[in-house]
Amino acid sequence: MEQTVIKFYQTGTFTVGNRLLAPEQRSVQANTQRNNSLNSGHRACQGCGEALGARYAIDAAMEATNGQLIAANATGCLEVFSTPYPETSWQMPWIHSLFGNTAAVATGIAAAMRVKGRDDVRVVAQGGDGGTTDIGFGCLSGMFERNDDVLYICYDNEGYMNTGVQRSSATPPAARTATTMPVGPHPGNVFGQGKNLPLIAMAHEIPYVATATVADLRDLEHKVKTAMSMRGARYIHIFVPCPLGWGAAAHDTIKLARLATESGVFPVFEAERGEVTRVSKIRRRVPIDDYLRLQKRFAHLFGANPDTKTIARLQAMADRNIRRFGLLDQQDSNGDAPAPARETTNLGSV
Amino acid sequence: MLKQCEGSHAVAQAVALSRPEVICAYPISPQTHIVEGLGEMVKSGALERCEFINVESEFAALSVAIGASAAGARAYTATASQGLLFMAEAVYNASGLGLPIVMTVANRAIGAPINIWNDHTDSMSMRDAGWIQIFAETNQEALDLHIQAFRIAEELSLPVMVCMDGFILTHAYERVDMPDQAQVDRYLPTYEPRQVLDPSDPVTIGAMVGPEAFAEVRYLAHAKQMQALDLMPQIAEEFKHEFGRDSGGLVKPYRLDDAETVVIALGSVLGTIKDTVDDMREQGEKIGVLGITSFRPFPIKAIRDALEHVKRIVVVEKCFAVGIGGIVTRDVRSAVQSRPQHVYAVIAGLGGRAITKASLHKMLLEAIADKLELMTFLDLDWGIVNRVLEREKKQRRSGPIAEGILRDIGTVASRIS
Repeated sequence: MEQTVIKFYQTGTFTVGNRLLAPEQRSVQANTQRNNSLNSGHRACQGCGEALGARYAIDAAMEATNGQLIAANATGCLEVFSTPYPETSWQMPWIHSLFGNTAAVATGIAAAMRVKGRDDVRVVAQGGDGGTTDIGFGCLSGMFERNDDVLYICYDNEGYMNTGVQRSSATPPAARTATTMPVGPHPGNVFGQGKNLPLIAMAHEIPYVATATVADLRDLEHKVKTAMSMRGARYIHIFVPCPLGWGAAAHDTIKLARLATESGVFPVFEAERGEVTRVSKIRRRVPIDDYLRLQKRFAHLFGANPDTKTIARLQAMADRNIRRFGLLDQQDSNGDAPAPARETTNLGSV
Repeated sequence: MLKQCEGSHAVAQAVALSRPEVICAYPISPQTHIVEGLGEMVKSGALERCEFINVESEFAALSVAIGASAAGARAYTATASQGLLFMAEAVYNASGLGLPIVMTVANRAIGAPINIWNDHTDSMSMRDAGWIQIFAETNQEALDLHIQAFRIAEELSLPVMVCMDGFILTHAYERVDMPDQAQVDRYLPTYEPRQVLDPSDPVTIGAMVGPEAFAEVRYLAHAKQMQALDLMPQIAEEFKHEFGRDSGGLVKPYRLDDAETVVIALGSVLGTIKDTVDDMREQGEKIGVLGITSFRPFPIKAIRDALEHVKRIVVVEKCFAVGIGGIVTRDVRSAVQSRPQHVYAVIAGLGGRAITKASLHKMLLEAIADKLELMTFLDLDWGIVNRVLEREKKQRRSGPIAEGILRDIGTVASRIS
């Protein structure tokens, strides 16, 4: 496919205008015929990253499957805000069973479709980080190991938000949560813990693993569609800021996701059968402070006596991600590297 | 067709004949032979149009069944004891959502202490979850009840637990009459879901329900179980018509006509009890048996009616509620509460301890003489129990309970110190 270089002159959240892209590259959301799977009227917070991510992801999956899609959902924010009795936002077949069994429920649905000869009907499972990396981990690993034909999407807002912001194994070090308060000799979440679910998914050697954020929604849609073009166990891990839980402004959700990407905190990549196949390079690297400062959950690191040691440790973790995933074309650890030559995604977007 | 086979194998065959579509299994003694049998049938192609999934835990097993059933497939799984507890959350979820899953529980004790042998503690732990619970007395009945279970479950949209005594039934070789496919097909229609995940007609299943409607939703589960009280005898009647034998229903009376004493029990122990009762009848005792097949819904009226002219009721149960006493006994007591009938709880067979005719005979004579305590632990070794209690009074660091008992009994291993 011919690559057209498109130059954009925008500031702030770097959103890409649909009218400048070929029709097949445009967002599903721009299509008036979109399914609107997660219909308006749900009770998500203003600026909810998960609502944004889910809307894009599921509509993309519906388009990729011609509307032949069934969703299983874990207990959590998404499930609660989308189905406040007696209403539902979902314009597709959807089931919520329990907190930790979503992957297994999805396996069951896929088996039912297979046995009934309905290969055209696909299954997506979705849950937050709590329901995926912690309580749902056993069922998730089982689904991966059997290579069941399920796309599992994890919306990672780095904590148990629906129950009041408690720490999960996806909570970053130093972050304040209700169970990792910024008190004592090691304020916030401790270092040396946590799980990297995308890497764990890759260790299962499943057909497709990808990470994405709500800062690059086109990329997210593309990854969902790529995943739906494959069979077997697939996993997409989406970084979704939570304004309430992170103590961030509702209008900063997309910005925070972009800063997480550009600082190296959250690597964006794709992998197939355990091998990384593509990474989204950092366009303009930022120091981790830019990302941390916008969130009250890290406020205890700043102020009159900033905790420079902890911030340095967090920066080192970001540096390691950049090194490990090759997120920069030139190695630079002080955050002042010039904007590197950019690796583009299939869409040719900037 | 007559066969001599292991109970598990008979159940596997019966399930296979019921045209299951999704079977998900996790191994646990003593049910494993059932799912191994089914797994082999699916893999060889003998059981067609069926997906067999090896899951990573019992919680996953029932969850896969939930997903499959919600998507319109006839789903089956089996478990026991620890496995049933591990899937407890999903057990409540399945009945709460109204999914007609059939599950075999090969009754086994629950630890600690870990014990693989038969008692009813496991099913009893889930008696309030909203599942229909039926107990098989023989391997024939176990086979038959599975076929009936799919009918009951799908007509009511409620999951059904078929309980059969672990090892005693699952691992016993007995003669059974195995139906053929045509018979089962006539009896059991294809599954027509009340609710289904279907892209052409989307629904939301499993929404949150607040205080404004929760009580009503829970009551409806109860209402369905009340419907089951009428449906199950009907299903059993149709079964008799198609297959030619009595199986299922709510209760099974035996020599009740002029009985003054009635023994009530669930499951395979009814065989031993009936033999004991036969002996006692020969000695002139007016004694009979009432087997309970349907434990949930608890057939209050059927039990009340059967026991109308009876003086005393002895409930022999393989379970008990720690801190209060008999489980089945209390349900029976509430069925006959306004009557001046004595209801005795006899806790027996825990952890697989054999229930002998001799012990039953002795205990029943005591009951007839009205010398029985309201609650009896049959064949309990009071010596061991009292020595443990004494030891605990004397020293704080009295050690693990089971080890202490084994030392007391004098097993070889415990002498290595």
